[in-house]
This record gives sequence, C-alpha cells and structure tokens, in this order.
Amino acid sequence: MAEYSWILKNSYITCLLPLFSFGMIVFFLRWKEMLSAVFSIAMILLSWVWSLWVLVEVISHHGATYEAFYDFVAFAGFSLQIGILVDPLTAVMLAIVTTVGASVEIYSVGYMKDDPRFSRFFAYLSLFLFSMLGLVVANNFFMIFIFWELVGLTSYLLIGFWFEKKSAADACKKAFITTRMGDLGFLVGLFMLAFFAGTLNYGEVFARISSGLIPAGIVTAAAIFLFCGAVGKSAQFPLHVWLPDAMEGPTPVSALIHAATMVAAGVYLVARSMSVFVASADAAIVVAVIGLVTSFIAASIALVQNDIKRILAYSTVSQLGYMIMALGLYGYDSALGHHSPGYYAGTFHLMTHAFFKGLLFLGAGSVIHAVHTNDIQEMGGLWKKMKITAPAFCIASLSIAGIPPLAGFWSKDEIVAATLQHPVFLVVTLLIAFMTAFYMWRLCFLTFFAPPRDQHRYEHAHESPKTMAYPLVFLAVLAAGAGWVGIPKVAPWFSEFVFHGDVYHPHWSWLMLLSAVVALSGISLAYLMYYRGSISPIKMGQRFKPLYTFLYNKWYFDELYHVVLIRPTLAFARYLWSFDNRVVDGAVNGTAWTTIKWSDIKEWFDTWIVDGAVNGSGWLVRQVGNTLRFIQTGSVQFYAMFILALVVLFCFAKFDYVEMGLERWVLVFVLFVTLVVVIVKILSMLRYRAEPKNTQED
Amino acid sequence: MPAPDGGIVFAILAFVIIVSALMVVSLKNIFHCALALVLCLFAVAGVYILLNAEFLAAAQVLIYVGAVAILMIFAVMLTSKLASRKIRQTNENALTAFFVCVIVALSTIVLITKTDVWRLTDKALPADNIATIGKYLMTKFMLPFEVVSVLLLAAMIGAIVLARKEKS
Amino acid sequence: MFYYLGLAAILFSIGLFGVLTRRNTIGILMSLELMFNAANINFVAFNRYIITDGLTGQLFAIFIVVVAAAEAAVGLAIVLLVYRNWRGIDTDHYSVMKW
Repeated sequence: MAEYSWILKNSYITCLLPLFSFGMIVFFLRWKEMLSAVFSIAMILLSWVWSLWVLVEVISHHGATYEAFYDFVAFAGFSLQIGILVDPLTAVMLAIVTTVGASVEIYSVGYMKDDPRFSRFFAYLSLFLFSMLGLVVANNFFMIFIFWELVGLTSYLLIGFWFEKKSAADACKKAFITTRMGDLGFLVGLFMLAFFAGTLNYGEVFARISSGLIPAGIVTAAAIFLFCGAVGKSAQFPLHVWLPDAMEGPTPVSALIHAATMVAAGVYLVARSMSVFVASADAAIVVAVIGLVTSFIAASIALVQNDIKRILAYSTVSQLGYMIMALGLYGYDSALGHHSPGYYAGTFHLMTHAFFKGLLFLGAGSVIHAVHTNDIQEMGGLWKKMKITAPAFCIASLSIAGIPPLAGFWSKDEIVAATLQHPVFLVVTLLIAFMTAFYMWRLCFLTFFAPPRDQHRYEHAHESPKTMAYPLVFLAVLAAGAGWVGIPKVAPWFSEFVFHGDVYHPHWSWLMLLSAVVALSGISLAYLMYYRGSISPIKMGQRFKPLYTFLYNKWYFDELYHVVLIRPTLAFARYLWSFDNRVVDGAVNGTAWTTIKWSDIKEWFDTWIVDGAVNGSGWLVRQVGNTLRFIQTGSVQFYAMFILALVVLFCFAKFDYVEMGLERWVLVFVLFVTLVVVIVKILSMLRYRAEPKNTQED
Repeated sequence: MPAPDGGIVFAILAFVIIVSALMVVSLKNIFHCALALVLCLFAVAGVYILLNAEFLAAAQVLIYVGAVAILMIFAVMLTSKLASRKIRQTNENALTAFFVCVIVALSTIVLITKTDVWRLTDKALPADNIATIGKYLMTKFMLPFEVVSVLLLAAMIGAIVLARKEKS
Repeated sequence: MFYYLGLAAILFSIGLFGVLTRRNTIGILMSLELMFNAANINFVAFNRYIITDGLTGQLFAIFIVVVAAAEAAVGLAIVLLVYRNWRGIDTDHYSVMKW
C-alpha cells in the first residue's frame, strides 16, 4: 500500500476550514460584511481545492480506503470514536459538496446583497458546510449522527433566516420537527447496532453483519430504523412534507441544502450502510418501495404547482425517491444473489442531481430576483431578457428531463436499468420520467418562452449581476458534462470507481433509446400545452377537476398530519398545561386555604377558649361577688351573730368530747345543726337583690 | 345532783330571773321591757344575797335599778313616739340567733356539769362584807378604784357632750 | 355551785339572743345589761365556792356594775343622738357599714 499523502490523511481539514470561517465571522468579522463574505468564500474555495486533491489521490490509489480514528470514549468492550474514512464514495461526496457550496456562496454575495443580516448568512452557510463535510468523512455511526443533527440545526437556522415572516418561522419548525422524527428511528437503529454488534465503526459493523453474527430479524429491524433517518432527512414519504415548505428560506439555501447536499445525506447514509441492506432483502424492498412511492407522489404534485420553487422542491423529492429506489433495488437484488446496477445508479444520480438541481435553484433565484414574484403564471418571455440565466436554466431542465448527451440522461438511464428485473418498478419509473420531463418543461415554457403574462413585471425584468451569473455558468457546464464519467461501455469510470463489484449493464442500447423517447414525449406534451396552446391546460384542469384539486393540494398530506398528529399533540399539551395549572395552583391555593382555615380555627380558639377562660374567670368572680355581697347587710347584729356562730363552731371542732364523756353523735349533731343554721341564714340573705326588706316603719 | 344551796328560794329567784329576762328580750312594748328589766335586776340582787354578797346586792339595787334602769326608761320615753303601737321587736335574724344561743347555753351548761376541775371549798367568807370591801378598795384594788372614778367622770362628760343640743 | 353557773349561762344566752335580735336599740342595751348581770353572778358564785379568801369576786362584780352604768349612760347618749339625726332607732335602718 503506497504511502498516503498528508493531504489525504488530513482530509478532515476540509470540514474544519468552514468551521474556522464560522468562528471568525461570529466573533470578529460580523461587522464587516464584505470581509465576512470574502473570508467565507476563501475558506470554502480552499476546501474545494483540498477535496479535489483528495479525489485525485483516491483515484490514483485505485479506490483504496483510508481510515484513521481516535478512541474518544472507551470503556470495556465498547468505544466511541472520532475518525475519518476516505474511500471513493467519501471523495466524490467531498467534491460535490464543496463544488456546489462554493458556487452557492459566490452566488449569495449578489443575492443577499441588501439583507441586513448579510454576515450572519455567511456564518450559517459556513457552519452548514462544516456539518455536511463532517458527515461525509465520518467513519462511524456515532459521528455521523452528531453531524446529522448539526446539519438539521443549520438547516433550521437557514430556512428560518427571514424569521419575521410567520410562514418562514413555521416552515423551519416544521422541517426540524419532521426530520427529528426520522432521527428518532435512526437513533433506535444506532442503539440496536451498538448493542448487537458491539461497535459503531462502519467497517466492524458491516463485518459482523456479513459474517452472520447478528440475527436476521435484528438486521432487518436495524436496517429499517437506519432508513428512517434517511426518510426524514431526504424527505421521503411519509416525512416529505417539510421540503416544499422549506422553500421559505432564501434561494441559495434552497439550492445548497435542499437540493444538492443535505437531502443527499439520507441517500449517502443508505449508500454507506449498503452492507446492512444487502444482508436483509425485506429491508431493501421496503427502501425501494418507499423510494418509488415518494417519487410518484412528488412528481404528480409537481405537475400542477404554480410556485417556481415549489415545483423544484417536489422535483427534488421525486429525484431523491429515484436514488433511494435504485439503492433499495440494488440491496434487494444483491440479497437475492443477483447483480444490479442500483448502487452506482443511485450515487451517480446523486452527483448529477446535485449539479443540475443546484443550477435550477440558483437560476430560479435569478428569475425571482428579476421579476420579484415566485408565481410562474405571472412570468413569461424572459428568454429575451435574461441572456445568461435562461440558457443555463434550460440546459439544467434538459438534463433533468433526461435528454442525451447531458448528464441527467446517463444517470437516469442507470436508474431505469436498475429496475429492469422488476416490471412494476420499471413501468412506474418510466411514467415518472415522463412526468418529470413534462413538468420541468411546463415550467420552462411558461417562464421563458410563453408570451409575458404580466407586462409590468416583464418591463422591469433584468439580468442578474455577475456574482450571480457566473456560478450559473459554471454549474451549467457541470450539469452538461458531469455525466460523461459514467457512460456505460465507453467510459464507465464512475461505476468502476465507486463500486467494488462487477459492473452490470444489461440491454443498454434499447434502454437508452426508451428513456430518450419518454423524455422527448414529455417535453412535446408540455410544448403543445404551454407554448403552442393546442391543448388547453385550463380545459384539462376542468375535465379532471377532482384529480386536479387533489394534486394541487399536495394529496392533502399536511391536512392529514394536522388532524392526526398536530391537533392531538396540541390538545394533549393543553391538557397537561391545565392539569399542571390545576394541580400546582391547586396545591398552592390549597396550602393557602389550609393555612387560612387553620388560623381561623386558632382565632376561634383564642377568642372563645383563651379569652373565654380569662373573661370567664372574671365573670365568675363578678357573679360570685354579686351574689355574696348581700351578706354585708350593714347590720352589726348580723355580723356579731355570725362571729358568734363561727366561734361556737371552732370551739366544737376542738372539743374533746371523750374526756367529757359525751357521745360522739351529740357532738356531730350539734355541729351539724350549727352549720345548717348558719348556711340557711346565709342563703336567706342571698335572696335579697335590693335593699333588705323593710319592715314597717317605727 | 345535790340540791342548790338556798333550796326553794334559789329556785324561785332563778325562775323569776329567767322569765323576766325572756320578757326583756321579747316584749313588743319597749316600756314593758324596761320594767321587766327592773324585775330581773331585783331578782339578781336576791341571788347575790344568797351568795353572801350583801353589799353587792345593795349596790346592785342602788346603781342598776335606781340609776341605770331609770335612765333607760327616760331614754325610752325620749325616743319612742309610738310607744303604744305593737310592732315586731325582733329582726330577721331571730331564728338563727335563737338556735345559736340555745347551742351556746347548752354547751356551756354541759361544759360546766361535766368538768371535774372545780374544787369546791367549804371555807367561809369573811363575815363583815362592807368593811372588807372597803379595806380592799383602798389597798389591793386602789388602782382600779381610781380608774373607775376617772371613767365615771369621763362618761359623765361624754354623755353631756353627746346629748347636748345642736347650736344651729 | 353548778346551779348558779347554770343560771348565769342561761341568763347570758338570753341576753345574747336579745342583743342579736332586738330591733330597738335601747332593747339591745337592756339585753346587754342582762349579759353583764350574768357575768356578775358567775363572779360571785366562784368567789363563794372556790376562792374565798379576799372578796375578789365581789369586788370585781362591783367594778363591773360601775362600768356598766357608765357605759349605759354613754350608750343612751349615743342613742339620743342617733334618734335626733335619723328620726328612728330601728336597727333595721342601720345599714351604713356595708357597700
């Protein structure tokens, strides 16, 4: 094994350079807008050059794999690593991401010129590029998950860049939450792999799966869970609802993230984890079916949309569906032991799609910049006005429609080839290809070639500044020529580079003819309807009114989710809030009420019992005194009598009757009589309530 | 119990004393009470004679009957406007006082009769009563004699002062 | 001797009853005289039967008589005063020594 150059060994620098740019802008360069932009572009261009060098290195090493890692957290039997893995897939991805990234950054200088948060935009873009590049060079599932989440975060920040618009704020939340749901599945898949394979490193996991150490059911389940992440990130059915709304973000964001790179992360994940899908035919067919279904739904919706960016968004979903389907079919066929071109079909299409879709979005941004509207029904005749944008846009449209010899034709052809062994897939794929060609050229005709609908807008339309125009040209070149590395039989370099098995190209000649015919027929139908006007689109719409409404309203997915998921969740949250309110407030109020009641009891106690005792004793004394005061008659005779009586009593109490020889009863009798007499006397006195009764006067 | 010395005379005198005493305390007409008092005092003098105290008997009659009782009668006449009216003379304490006094009397009598402390002698009293009294007044009882005379003087003056007419 | 003492006791208690009971103030004074006499009888009886040398008892009785006379005089003078001021000598009306 030849020695790897330090460029290759340090290919992680490609992702660190944008991070450095982010840090510099955030801390130092924020206030100098142009400087931020220039710095950011410089960093990404540096990364671009580095990535190309890495690609060349890998090519020269004939597709060898280089891995270097560092055990970040290690405990018995398990370790979390930080490391890089550079193989052909990685190199290709690096090249794609940096190329499109650089183009978009240069384009943004012109597009975001008047935005008050100019430097922040470049900071976010740099952060995103760091995350995406890190995702691509990761060598284990743990690292890719971290960067996966980072990519989601930066996508959120960028979609909601104009957060004053409620629709933008809602859209970025929707994107984040929807992809989060997919990430939940991804995480479960990670846990399963970590538990059953004992490691998260790609190579070790795939080795364990291939050697059959993990039960088949677990492999299938883990594969499907991993695929959940891809479903979320790549906007597959049923988590596709966020991508069209993500168009609320600035157009460069749409071009970079939602066409070329972030959404490709899901496809990248499936491609990277192919060993897992190959080991499980059931998981692979699930992947393929979902890809196909997604592609069909999205293409059908794109037929009737009027917002230029929405059309392109649904187109992205549809093309991603193609890629996922191709990879799934490869996994299925390989699991059953057949050959399939699906792997490199998917990855090849990933590359070409990044270029022409990026170009389409940037061109759309250019058009929007010119006519200040997104609605294609208000555009028209821009071919004459926009001499650079229009041809570039049309080249990209031809490419996506699949017209030879442009890039899209070759990659789409590979995808069709992958479906050959599955007739249903083949028919639907061709139908989708027809629809793709149709709606893309509907867009082109209405925007560029048809007579202008709105004269006012047409008058004011102008070409974009140079910073916006040059990236368009550059991407146009790539959109046209990138496919030439994958021409079967003649120049199958891509497939041989990326794929390590036998390259398989069945029936290539009549297959290519078939795809070309399908594409041309789609374009012709669009030509008839929208340029010539032979078939009236309005009449068609009215004839198929229910279908039209259904497609126009995006198959009512958003409404369905709203009813089934959003409303119950909000209701539950409201219920929890009211419960918390009641319980917490209830507890507080209850405590207060209890305290008040307790102090009321104490007050009652204090008033009635304590005060009662005090007052009562006073009252008692008063009553007794009030009653007994009548003993004081004022009559001396009365006093003297009492004194006498009591003296007699005392004398008798001390009377020594034994010596006297008296019976005891005598003594008692006498005492008793005296006592009775005295008491009766007292009581008779007490009957007086006023002055003693007056007997008659003398 | 041996017969009292004096026999029947004592019995009659005792009866008179007690009856007249009862009349003193209970008669409605205050004048009748005064007269009863006189009778009582006479009878007491008779008892003194029985007890060989002749001079005392004479003094009793002289002083008590002749002065005090007369004084009382004078007072009665001076203070009662309604001497003839029959009004109740006892106040509301009568019943209780009655009981108490009965008990006092009974207890005293019991006390007297049951005591064995008295040692009666048979020595005779000095025969010449007056001379002996006079002798003792001047010797042994000199101080009380003088004090009593001062007391009499004071009483006399006091009575006069008290009873004199208001200077209006 | 006991008879004399008994007689004195009875006389004393009768006099006591009168003191405690009589409504007429002069009646009280009269009852008081009875009590004095009872005491006198006691003194003389003791003199006759127990201590016979020296006529102590009799002398004492004389003193008592004299003092009783003085006291009667003063007492009646007071009664006269009371009669003058309060227009009556009914003891039921003498209720000053109270609340």
